[in-house]
Amino acid sequence: MTIKLRKVSFFIFFLLLFGIIRVSAQENHCVVKKSPYRLSMDSGKKIYNLQCLTCHQTDGQGAEPLNPPLTGKQVSGDKKKLIEIVIRGLNTHEEIDGVKYQNVMPPNPEMKDQQIADVLTYIRNSFGNKAASVKASDVKAVRSKLK
Amino acid sequence: MHIFIIPLKKDFMKQIGNCILIAFVVANSACHGTNSSGTITSDTSKMLQLTPPKPDVTLALPEGFKATVFADGLGKARHITVSSAGYVYVKLNSDKKGKTIVRLQDSNGDGVADQEIDFGSFKGTGIGIKNGYLYASSDVDVYRFKLNEDGSVTNPSGPEKIISGLISRGEHEAKAFALDNAGNIYVNIGAYSNSCQVADRKNGSPGIKPCPILDSAAGIWQFRTDKMNQTYSDGVRYATGLRNVVGLDWNTTTNTLFVMQHGRDQLTMFPQYYNDKRNAELPAECMYEIHKGDNAGWPYIYYDPVQNKKILEPEYGGDGVKTAGEDAINPVVAFPAHLAPNGLLFYTGNQFPEKYRNGAFIAFHGSWNRAPEPQEGFYVAFVPFSNGKPSGKWEIFANGFSGGADKTASGNAVHRPCGLAQGPDGSLYVTDDSKGTIWKITYK
Repeated sequence: MTIKLRKVSFFIFFLLLFGIIRVSAQENHCVVKKSPYRLSMDSGKKIYNLQCLTCHQTDGQGAEPLNPPLTGKQVSGDKKKLIEIVIRGLNTHEEIDGVKYQNVMPPNPEMKDQQIADVLTYIRNSFGNKAASVKASDVKAVRSKLK
Repeated sequence: MHIFIIPLKKDFMKQIGNCILIAFVVANSACHGTNSSGTITSDTSKMLQLTPPKPDVTLALPEGFKATVFADGLGKARHITVSSAGYVYVKLNSDKKGKTIVRLQDSNGDGVADQEIDFGSFKGTGIGIKNGYLYASSDVDVYRFKLNEDGSVTNPSGPEKIISGLISRGEHEAKAFALDNAGNIYVNIGAYSNSCQVADRKNGSPGIKPCPILDSAAGIWQFRTDKMNQTYSDGVRYATGLRNVVGLDWNTTTNTLFVMQHGRDQLTMFPQYYNDKRNAELPAECMYEIHKGDNAGWPYIYYDPVQNKKILEPEYGGDGVKTAGEDAINPVVAFPAHLAPNGLLFYTGNQFPEKYRNGAFIAFHGSWNRAPEPQEGFYVAFVPFSNGKPSGKWEIFANGFSGGADKTASGNAVHRPCGLAQGPDGSLYVTDDSKGTIWKITYK
């Protein structure tokens, strides 16, 4: 009985050891392999949750007729317009697909180029969207023209 | 305790009834019709025959109550009123082939509208009947239409403008109103801002002091119902410090105005004091009884329904604990946060049981500002009243508009309750501005 237990414990010990090695190997693997796109998406998601989610909602669908959805060609199309909206905000209440949205989008001039690039990359590749990433250099170019 | 009934109205008798009605309308159209300019010359010239609507959600109601879908597909159906003869008028904030007021009639008394006439050329929210006139508002003006003795409109294409030039700047534009019995109309002019910040809805942005919005918005203005072309200078700022009011009603027991305020959004803009959970619970959606000159405190304070205190807004130096607003009135009832009360009605009918007489029904449009916490609302609540004061706790009266718990939590509700009205027989009508469904709720 004791011998049997010992054998089992030994077996479990090896299993655990093997498991730990595997997990650390995987973690290392992930860090090494993370693409600039993935990094941008992860950082963008954090920014979105902090600064955008309350109005645009967890699923990016917004709240009609107050806050517009972050889907469609307005989001997947021209990067420059999007970057400008994030920096300057929007209070023109223009109609989007026939709906006049009532709430304002606040300006975010203090956000860093990389932060704006990250959150826009995240939005352009979430909620069913699939569009080119936004780079910090794109943001810099737009910002320089806004001044 | 709750029952689930929405009968399908598709019986044979109804079909026969419709055929007879069509024949009647064809004959009627020949008499009236439209004139050469295309304007409506008669209240009955463009009557539509309706097919019975199909319910797409099941409402839960207290025992003995029944809900039928009275009409559907109207668009953004906002407020609603019913004439003494039973004509149901619905104000649209969208247009139905260019028309923005819908008149519905249940000519065979089966609880479902079978005739419709559309008129009006301005989108908006408010509608009400008093002393032979139908009042309706755009987001800028208030109009009135003269009614015949039977409650039909005499001048559908030529209303009189009684108030004009009210502020409408994107946010909180709805000019919801209430009518008293002394010839006055009380119009909401909502704040064109969330919390009067230097930068509206911007994280950490401070509040402007004094808030300049209060001069011409964020309050209730009183005007006369019988005076044409009134502007701000003709009105009285009856109450101030109200961020936005969509549901309001004149209480004939107390002879005072009652309003439901939409409380502020996004306390998470001050994350040092408010996390997602606290933001979802604060501030209360408040019912106030209003007397002339009252101040409800916006944008300097909000009402905390947990502490039961008026709390200094973080935009003005608050930390979630500091109290303020000693001169601001207290709410009569504090409801959960962000539910968006869009309709208020004091029930004066005899059809519903004794408990409901003189009590308040509130239509909650449903929240969006609780994200990422689950959304709530999308129901009609009830508060019992006795001698003009709440006599018990509020409760959910009609639920299920959203189409399910998952749709409530995500906020992707099928229907969103907005307006309330009482029919001459004491039935309760509820509008939905998402799909334009109208329910009629009756008791036994």
